[in-house]
Amino acid sequence: MGITSSTALWYASRATGVVALVLLTVVVVLGILVNRRGRLPRLPRFATMSLHRSISLLAVAFLAVHVLTAIADPYVTIGIAAAVVPFSAAYKTFWIGLGAVSLDIMIALIITSLARARIGRRTWRAVHWLAYACWPIALVHSIGSSNDLRSGGLLALAVLCTAAVAGATGWRIVSAAAAPRPPERAGRALAKSRPRQGVGSPSRDAGRATADRPLTGAGVR
Amino acid sequence: MRPSSTSAPASRADGSPAAGGAGAVPGAPGLPRLRATTNRAPAETATLEPGLDLVAHLRQHGRPRFRGAALLDKVQTAGLTGRGGAAFPVATKLAAVAAASGNAVAVANGAEGEPASSKDAAVLWFSPHLVLDGLQLAADVVGADTAYVYVHAGSDTRGGPDLPWHLRAALAQREAAGIDRVPVELVEAPPRFLAGEETALVSRINGDAARPTDKQYRPFQRGVGGRPTLVQNVETLAHLALIARHGATWFRSVGTRDEPGSMLCTVRESDGHVRVLEAALGAPLSFLLKLGDDVQAVLVGGYHGGWLSLTDARRLALCNAELRPAGTIVGAGVVIALPAAHCGLAETASVARSLALESAGQCGPCFNGLPAIAAALAELARPRPAGPALANLQRWAGLVAGRGACHHPDGTVRFVASALRAFAAEIAEHARGRCTAARSGLFLPVTAPAVTESDWR
Amino acid sequence: MRDANARLRVNRTHCTGHGACAELLPERVELDEWGYPIVSDTPLPARLTRAARQAVAACPELALRVAGGS
Repeated sequence: MGITSSTALWYASRATGVVALVLLTVVVVLGILVNRRGRLPRLPRFATMSLHRSISLLAVAFLAVHVLTAIADPYVTIGIAAAVVPFSAAYKTFWIGLGAVSLDIMIALIITSLARARIGRRTWRAVHWLAYACWPIALVHSIGSSNDLRSGGLLALAVLCTAAVAGATGWRIVSAAAAPRPPERAGRALAKSRPRQGVGSPSRDAGRATADRPLTGAGVR
Repeated sequence: MRPSSTSAPASRADGSPAAGGAGAVPGAPGLPRLRATTNRAPAETATLEPGLDLVAHLRQHGRPRFRGAALLDKVQTAGLTGRGGAAFPVATKLAAVAAASGNAVAVANGAEGEPASSKDAAVLWFSPHLVLDGLQLAADVVGADTAYVYVHAGSDTRGGPDLPWHLRAALAQREAAGIDRVPVELVEAPPRFLAGEETALVSRINGDAARPTDKQYRPFQRGVGGRPTLVQNVETLAHLALIARHGATWFRSVGTRDEPGSMLCTVRESDGHVRVLEAALGAPLSFLLKLGDDVQAVLVGGYHGGWLSLTDARRLALCNAELRPAGTIVGAGVVIALPAAHCGLAETASVARSLALESAGQCGPCFNGLPAIAAALAELARPRPAGPALANLQRWAGLVAGRGACHHPDGTVRFVASALRAFAAEIAEHARGRCTAARSGLFLPVTAPAVTESDWR
Repeated sequence: MRDANARLRVNRTHCTGHGACAELLPERVELDEWGYPIVSDTPLPARLTRAARQAVAACPELALRVAGGS
């Protein structure tokens, strides 16, 4: 009814793109939560990590559709290679190029995470830092590639996602800066167990071995 | 503290027949074995630092007779064990590194870490060439092409002698004489209790902080530069150098059958006087220091060892066979007599606090548990301590032992547990609001807290 | 994992007390009062293999592993 297959593909690409961006936002926030040893209310600890992984795979699925529909759409000239080779598309070279960069990083993140046990902690961590680059690049790609996010409800959504990532990242920086380095940890623990007012008072947690701990964000528990 | 001269004559520190008796080898030294002596006229020795006389060293000891596989065999027969505290069989370690694939590395570990110990400083000061001979001989056995000497930094950090300067001078002499086959590099260790731990040593030589690492791969498999690494205490290497000259029978002529040989001990008397002396393993503790009635308790094995009551100390000997059942170990040979005038609980609390602050801060049970234990001990050291302190202490001790990457928590728990036994009467007194101590100052030496990253490098 | 002597091992210098392991393998791991794992040294029977694998994968610090042999 006036909706051509090209239009359908174009809408599909934009829609899945938006969903992917939202999912990526959740993934980043959950990743920061894992790093800071936080937990989601009423969920066990392993759930944070589990959701982080599952949602990142879901995001990849949406990205796959987002990329394939964009390639298939005859209206815009984006070849298969342009999806992963940055700045090689004919259509909106720069903005699509940023998308390719972000996708490349995502692929690296996923592969290294799947092979985590094999490549070792240090290598895995070095690559995973790129996640902090991946999200902003994806956002800029989204804003530049189409007008969708520049007005109305989708603009509000973009602002919300940005606020979530910025807030979580800010919290991560502050929390990590406040956490004691190894040489300071025993001293901190000693200061905490010092009795008050010169009268002996045992640690408040004495006797309570518990698997249920609130969000601390600190290195000493 | 400066390492002082050896003490009482050999016969007093020797629990077995002196040289000339059964098992002695003619021409080979009895006790002391590790102290450097010189035959040069006083004028010629005036400009030389103790031990820095390569010519006299070679004249006194001669050249090694056994090397390589032959030496390994002698060491095996001699039953030489590590003198760094763990008493691990040296021949086993040498064989393990020799068998590992890849070019090996040999390290002489002189970072004794323990504030009450100065015997490694003493052997390095007075007999550096024996130690360096031992390093070359060990490197030869394991096929190492690189060697290191690892010591605490200069005199201002621990109040001891400037060992790096001293060793560099000794190494320069050897280089001039061309007697070292394997090049030796000196690496300085921070003044940390854990700096001499095997994996902390490897970490430091590799350029990182001197913090212990997980034991998935031990140094003999993967150490410096990822290569099989032999880590031996400097005193152990000195004994090795003598075995290379005098053989296994000579080595076994003092000591016990299961714990042969002699060992250097840092002894602190109840009057505060500190000496480094060489004793035969199995010598009665009463041969090492005065155990008069002014002594309250005796700490054997250093701050990872344990307290003995005066009665026990008077009947026990310097060997693990007797000390283990009594709750302590020989360790690195630190023996301290605590005078009755001091409060045993306050001393233990002070050391426990220092040990807590010497945690590398890597393993949760250690950097949480040791401070908790230290705080509970501080509480027990007060008059009328809060009720749960003792129960908490026992719970935390059980919770912490064996759950770190190194043995720091285990050793600390051994020390604290022995204090609870040895000072049980004092604990009861404190519960009634009394302390039997007359003096208020602290007797046992402790290290200053290390709170920055540079304190660990 | 088929090794009859497979045991759970934790790298104590990497462990930050996240606690996922204790949730996924309570038969072998419980947490102390500071949130760090107390790991039992008993061998892992075949029925716990899957849970052990999950626990190893769930550790954000890669501090947990299954070591075969004694």
